[in-house]
Amino acid sequence: MAALLELRHITKRYDAPGEQQVSVLQDIDLTVEEGEFVAILGPSGSGKSTLLRIIAGLVRASSGEVRYRGQPIKDTNPGVSMVFQSFALFPWLTVLENVELGLRYKPLSEEEKRQRALDVIDMIGLDGFEGAYPRELSGGMRQRVGLGRALVMEPDILLMDEPFSALDVLTAENLRRDLLELWLERKIPTKSIIMVTHGIEEAVYMADRAVVLSRDPATVIADIHIGLPHWRERKEEAFTRLVDRIYSILTHSREAHQKTLITASGAQRRYVVLPPVQAGALTGFLELLDDLEIKSDLYKLADEIMFDLDELLPIVEAAQLLGFATVSQGDISLTEVGKRFAAANVLERKEIFRAQLHERLPIFERIRWVLESKRNRRMPREFFLEVIRKNVGTEEAESQLDTIIDWARYSELFAYDESTKVLYLEDDDEAAHA
Amino acid sequence: MLRTGTIGGRPVRFSWVDAVVILFVFSLLYVIVRLGSGMGVPFSPGEGPQISLDWRMLPYYAGRSLLRMFIALGLSLIFTFIYGRFAALHARAERIMIPLLDILQSVPVLGFLSVTVTAFLALFPHRLLGAEFAAIFAIFTGQVWNMTFGFYHAVSTIPRELREAAAIQRFDGFTRFTRLELPHGMISLVWNGMMSFGGGWFFLAASESISVLGQNIQLPGLGSFMAKAMTEGDIPALLEAIVAMVIVIVLVDQLFWRPLVAWSQKFKMELSNAQDPPRSWFLDLLRRSKVSAWIARHIFGAAYRALDRAILHTVMARRQATREQRGKGVVRRALAWALTSVIAIGAAYYAWIGVNEIAALGWADLGQAVLLGMFTLLRVMASTLIALVWTIPVGVAIGTNPRASRIAQPVVQILASFPANMFFPLIALLYLHLHVNFELGAIPLMMLGTQWYILFNVIAGAQAIPNDLKEAAKVLRLRGWERWKTLILPCIFPYVITGCITASGGAWNASIIAELVHWQSTTLTASGLGAYITETTARGDWPRIILGIVIMALLVTLVNRFVWRPLYQLADRRYRIEVSGR
Repeated sequence: MAALLELRHITKRYDAPGEQQVSVLQDIDLTVEEGEFVAILGPSGSGKSTLLRIIAGLVRASSGEVRYRGQPIKDTNPGVSMVFQSFALFPWLTVLENVELGLRYKPLSEEEKRQRALDVIDMIGLDGFEGAYPRELSGGMRQRVGLGRALVMEPDILLMDEPFSALDVLTAENLRRDLLELWLERKIPTKSIIMVTHGIEEAVYMADRAVVLSRDPATVIADIHIGLPHWRERKEEAFTRLVDRIYSILTHSREAHQKTLITASGAQRRYVVLPPVQAGALTGFLELLDDLEIKSDLYKLADEIMFDLDELLPIVEAAQLLGFATVSQGDISLTEVGKRFAAANVLERKEIFRAQLHERLPIFERIRWVLESKRNRRMPREFFLEVIRKNVGTEEAESQLDTIIDWARYSELFAYDESTKVLYLEDDDEAAHA
Repeated sequence: MLRTGTIGGRPVRFSWVDAVVILFVFSLLYVIVRLGSGMGVPFSPGEGPQISLDWRMLPYYAGRSLLRMFIALGLSLIFTFIYGRFAALHARAERIMIPLLDILQSVPVLGFLSVTVTAFLALFPHRLLGAEFAAIFAIFTGQVWNMTFGFYHAVSTIPRELREAAAIQRFDGFTRFTRLELPHGMISLVWNGMMSFGGGWFFLAASESISVLGQNIQLPGLGSFMAKAMTEGDIPALLEAIVAMVIVIVLVDQLFWRPLVAWSQKFKMELSNAQDPPRSWFLDLLRRSKVSAWIARHIFGAAYRALDRAILHTVMARRQATREQRGKGVVRRALAWALTSVIAIGAAYYAWIGVNEIAALGWADLGQAVLLGMFTLLRVMASTLIALVWTIPVGVAIGTNPRASRIAQPVVQILASFPANMFFPLIALLYLHLHVNFELGAIPLMMLGTQWYILFNVIAGAQAIPNDLKEAAKVLRLRGWERWKTLILPCIFPYVITGCITASGGAWNASIIAELVHWQSTTLTASGLGAYITETTARGDWPRIILGIVIMALLVTLVNRFVWRPLYQLADRRYRIEVSGR
C-alpha cells in the first residue's frame, strides 16, 4: 500500500531574474505514514514553511513530486488542511461561520453542516462562543478556531505552520496539551500531523519524529525518532538529552556550514548569509556572556534570560559569525576577541566590530570598496540589493541588506540615508574643511 | 446563532420606528417606479421638456437627480468589481490595466461629455433616454476610477495567509469574492464610494443641462432647474434650488452614507476593537426596528442565501464534471485570446482614426492647444496655491480645537459635495459689475469647488497630530514660526498633499466650465484649454475636441507623475507618523 504522503526529490529555487538561481530547498525526500506526528525543525530562513506549503500544494516545487496516497498532486493537496501562524481567520465572520466554511464543498445538507460545525466547536472548547467574532477572542481562542476550521474538514493530514508561536507561553502550553489529547486519544479522524516549528522543546514534547533541516539550501540532515511515551516530562533526563542532541545537530550544521564558508572565503569570497540580528542585541548578548564569565549551556542560558531558545539562536549565530563566541556541544563561550569587545568602551568596540567585519564578511569590504571608488562616494541601495539578490534570492535580499546596513552603521563603516535610499561614506576630511 | 434584531441581547418590540421604516420602504419603491417611468419620455432634439421654476416641482427634480446619481453608483460598483478584481488577480492583465486606469482617471470627464451625449443620442434617437444615459455616464466616469483603484488595492493587499486559507479550502471564485475579497475591500469601497458620490454632484449639475452640436438639452433635475433660474435671472428660484440641493446632500449623507460607514466597520481587519468607531443614528434606528430586521433577514438575506446555494450547486456540479473530462481550458484560453485581440484591434482602429483627424489639423493648432493648456495649468496651480494659503491656517485652527472640528467637519463635507458650478453665473454677474479681468477671475471659480478637499484634509491632519509631540513642543517652548516649522507643517504635510491631489484634479475638470461662463446673454471667456474644449464642443468641431481632450489628459498625467506623485512619496516616507504599539 502506498504511504500517506511522499516527497520525492523536492527542490525549490527562486528565480533571481537573469541571474543564477538560488535554491531554498534541495532534493528533499520524506515519507510520512499513517499515525505519525512529524515535526519539521530548522534554523530560521531554512524554508521549512515553504516545504509545508509545497506539501499543501499552495506553492509549486521547482522539481520533484508530492504524492498523496500514491497519487501525485497537481493543485491543492486534497488530503490536507492547515493551521496558520497568524490564525488566518476571516475577521468578518463569526466563529461558527468561520468553521462552517470548512464544510462548504462537502455533500451535506445545511443542517448537517451546522451540526458538524457545532460539534467541532464543542470539541475544541469554544462552546458558547459560536456567535462571537474573532476580534472578541483572545489569541489562544482564535487559534482554537483556526484549529477547528482545519479539523472540521476531516483531513487525512493536518498541516500546522508554527501554530503556537504567536501565543504567550501559558496559552501555547494549554493549546498544545489539548491538541495532543485530541490526537493521542483518537478523538479526531486525522491520520497524520505535520508541524513546522522552531521550538526544539515543542517538537520533542509533541511529535513522534523530528525532521531537521539545514540551511542555504535546506536539506534533511537528521530524521530522529522520538520514542518517549506520552505524556512527556520536560525535566526528565531522556527528554533533555533529546533536546540537547537535536540542538547540537542544529549548531553543528551551522559550524560545518561556517567552516566551508571560511575556508572558501580566502579563495572564492562567497556571500555569507547574515542572521537578522541588530548590532545592539548582539552587543547586549556579549556583555551578558562576559558577566556570566563561564562556559554556559545555551539551553539553560535561554531559560534563565527568559528567551525562547529560538530567539537566541540567530544572536548566537551572529556572535559565531563575527568570531566573538564559539559553541561546542551546546555550550557557548567568548573568544579572546569577544572578551576584548565586551570590556571595551563604545569607540573601541566600534573599531573591533569593524575589524571583525572586514576579516570575516567579505560583503562589507566589497561595499566599502565600491563606495570608495566612486567620486561622490555614494551608491544607491538598489545596486547592492541586486548584488545580494544573486546570492540569496529576492525575498531574503531586503532583510539581508537591512542587517548589513545596521551593522555598518553601528561600526561606522559606512552610512545610509533612508529618504534617498543611498549608501555613502561619511567624509571626515571634507567635514573638517567645511 | 443568528441574532438579528437584538442589540445587547435585548428583545425588540414593534414600535413607531417600524411604522416609519415601512413608510420609508414604500415611498422608496414608489419613487423609483415613478421616476423611472419619466425617463422614457419621447423627445425630439431641439424642443426638450420644459423645466418649470415652480418650487413645488423641486422634490420631483431632486428625485430625478438622485436616481441618476444612484444608477451611476450602481454601475460604478459593477465596473469596480469586475475591473478591480480582474486586475488584482491576473498579473499579466494587471500590467496593462492599472496604468490604463491611471490615464483614464486623468481624462477630463466633462470634456468627454459632448462625445458621450452625441453617442447616446445616436443610440436612442428621439428619446430623452439618450441624454439621460449620457448624464449618468458622466457621473459614472466621475465616480468610478477612484472606487476601482481602491478595490483593486484592497484585493491585492489581502494578507498572504488569508489567501492561503481560501486556497486550502478550495474556494471557487464566487465564494472567494463574497467571503474574502468583498469584505476585505468593504471599508475602502464605502469610503471611496462616499467621496466619489459627493464629487458626483458637480458632474450631475454640469451634465443635466448641456448644449451640444447647437442643441440645448435639459433633463428634468436640480441641475437644470438651477441652470434655468440662472438664465432667467430668477434669484428666488435660485435660492430655492440651493436650499433643495443642501437638503438632498444632507439627507443622502445621513440616511445612506453614514449608516453604511458605521456598518462597514465590522469589516475592519484589525483584530481588536476600535476606540471610537463611526456611528450613525439611522443605522441604530434600523437595528432597533423589528421590521428592518425582518426585511434584512427574509428578503435580502433569503435572496442572498438562495443565490449562494444556487451558485454552490453549479460549482459542485462543475467540479464533478471537470474531474471526468478536462480540456475546457483550451476553449477558454482561445476565447480569452479572441476577446483580447478584438479589443486590441478595435482600440487600434479608433486610435488610428483619432490620430488621423488630429494630424489633419497641423502644427499651428497643436501649438495653440498646448499654449492654452499652459494657461489652464497655471490657473490650476494658482487655484491650489491660493486655496492652501487660507485653508492651512483655518484648517489647523479648526482641527486643533475638538469642539470646532465636530461642528466644522460635516459642514465642510457638504460644501465639498455642493456643485460649485451652480454658482458660476452668479459670480460672473458680480465680475461684470466690478469689471474684473476674467483671465484671472476664472481662478476663484475653479477654487470654489475644490478648496474644500484641502480644508477637509488639513482639519484631519491637524486632528491627527500626536499628543506627545504637542507636549514635547510645549516643553521645548516652541512658539510661532518655530512651532509651525517643526511640529504642525510636517505633521499635516501628507494630508495636505492628499488634499492637493484631489483638489487639482477637480480644478482641471472645473476649468472646462469655469473658463467659459454665461450670464443671460453675456459670455465671459478666459483663454485656456477648458474654454477651448467647451467652444469646440458647442461648434461640433470633432478633431479639435479630441485634440483638446488629449492635450488635457496628457497634461494631467504629466503633472501627476512629476509633481504630485514624488511629493506624495516624500510625504509617505518622511512625514507619515506611524502609530505603533497601541
